[in-house]
Amino acid sequence: MTATISTTSVTPVRRRRRSARLSPLLVAFVLVPFAVESVWVFWPALQGFWFSLTRWDGMSSPAFVGTDNYVELAGDATFRGALVNTVIWLVLFGGLSVLGGFGMALVLQKERRGVGFYRAALFTPVVFSLVVTALVWRVFYQPDGIADTLLRAVGLESLIRPWLADPQTALYAVILPALWRQIGYVMVLFLAGLKAIDPALHEAARMDGANSWQRLRHVTIPQLKGVNAVVLSVIVIDSLRSFDIVWSLTKGGPYHSSELLSTYMYSTAFQSLRLGYASAIAVVIFVLALAVILGYLVRAFREEA
Amino acid sequence: MNKLRTGAFHTGMILLSLLWLGPVLWVVVMSTRSFDDIAAHGVGSLPRSFTLDTYRQAWTDGGELRALINSMVVTVPSVVLSLGLAAMAAFALSRFRIPGRRTILLLMLAGNLLPPQILLIPVAKFSELTGLYDTLWALIAVQVGFGLGFYTFVLHGFMRDLPGEIQEAATIDGAGTAQIFTRVMLPLTRPALAALGALSFTWIFNDLLWAITVLRTDDNMPVTPALLGLQGQFVSSWNVIAAGTVIAAVPTVAVFLRFQRHFVSGLALGAVK
Repeated sequence: MTATISTTSVTPVRRRRRSARLSPLLVAFVLVPFAVESVWVFWPALQGFWFSLTRWDGMSSPAFVGTDNYVELAGDATFRGALVNTVIWLVLFGGLSVLGGFGMALVLQKERRGVGFYRAALFTPVVFSLVVTALVWRVFYQPDGIADTLLRAVGLESLIRPWLADPQTALYAVILPALWRQIGYVMVLFLAGLKAIDPALHEAARMDGANSWQRLRHVTIPQLKGVNAVVLSVIVIDSLRSFDIVWSLTKGGPYHSSELLSTYMYSTAFQSLRLGYASAIAVVIFVLALAVILGYLVRAFREEA
Repeated sequence: MNKLRTGAFHTGMILLSLLWLGPVLWVVVMSTRSFDDIAAHGVGSLPRSFTLDTYRQAWTDGGELRALINSMVVTVPSVVLSLGLAAMAAFALSRFRIPGRRTILLLMLAGNLLPPQILLIPVAKFSELTGLYDTLWALIAVQVGFGLGFYTFVLHGFMRDLPGEIQEAATIDGAGTAQIFTRVMLPLTRPALAALGALSFTWIFNDLLWAITVLRTDDNMPVTPALLGLQGQFVSSWNVIAAGTVIAAVPTVAVFLRFQRHFVSGLALGAVK
């Protein structure tokens, strides 16, 4: 054995560490996966930044244009619309799925009859792809589909409109199915967090005369700090990545009314073939995600320490 | 009073469950209706017919069979390869004093947190360059590369917490690094591997973005992007589209039902840490 084993006792390890020589097998264990990720993630990411400084149609070689793409982005109304929609998406999709998921986790945390079924029901859509989710909801929004039938049944025919084809409603009509799928997921995260809270804390608070609202406010929520951070990161990263559901339902239309940065980037790249400009949009998405990514990494780093 | 509250709880939850399961059941029922029935009464009406021919149409005419085969050809090797490579890296990084191990681990995790949009164009171009573009190999490679970082991070956390004595005992018994990995660590890591396996299966199977980035030909598409194509092919045949949707959802639902416990614990893995 040439490699040293990490143990919890500190002194012997430190002594052995100096003389440590790693076996070639261990080096390969680290280097092979790292190389695979380098080829398909790290190197492409660096290229992505470089491409954002070029004009490129994908046929000829990329031509360096400096920050031209970013200057053009600043004046691009479609881009600004997509940015606003992405923020709306983040607030509505992110905020409501956290509220909904947390609420459902609170309601369903206590084991009692039927709870297993209700949890399973809310969780079911999580296993579907977003494309499947989109098709399920397309039926709902279809002219004379379920939405219209329901509205007619309660005498609100006047509200009926082509939900996905009306620029006024398209974005919200896409957020709804995304929420429908995400709430169960967030609920599971919070359920795991709630389960990890020591019941003695609640007991003690109850003894001290705290009502259920006070216990929620001063026991449950502070105890969930770790989960909250994870959920927040997951939600922001998921929101900025959201693509499938929009692409399957509206492709960002009509008239870019449901366009997100992710869909605008994709259509600019692979339909308009403006690869440099699309890379600049991708860099903007990256910058928006950066704070959350760094926060997540710092947390992970502390855990490893 | 207590009875009233229980009643209110169940009434509310049943309505809510219906809101979640209703649309799904509606699509399943719709997949068994005839074209004439839907054309005459609309997709929002109750069924007045029953047929399973829609599944035959989606399966053969719609190319779902081929798409499902493509999906399996991509998903199974991707899951096995990425978990295998991640387990190797996690083992080395968590059980040995490799210089810079923490930086390597966090770098790998950071790669997985990147928004995929920044990678799409370079990955598409790179797969063209290597001749992998429009082949399932490209999709497998990118799924493995992109997923690795997260799986390594989770497995690292799991392996790190295993007691060191087991490894020491195996070393004293004369086991080499490879044997410790395959005979001792992998069996002990099984719960985490099962959880990640169930999760990654659904993630890769459900993927749309990577597939439409590195594939072009319809015949090569896995079932998730193929479902969008089916919609174009059977524009107003809602029953066939519904049947295709059911077919595309069955494999992940099956994996979920079979590995339910692992699946949920996998989702929770990151949350409680």
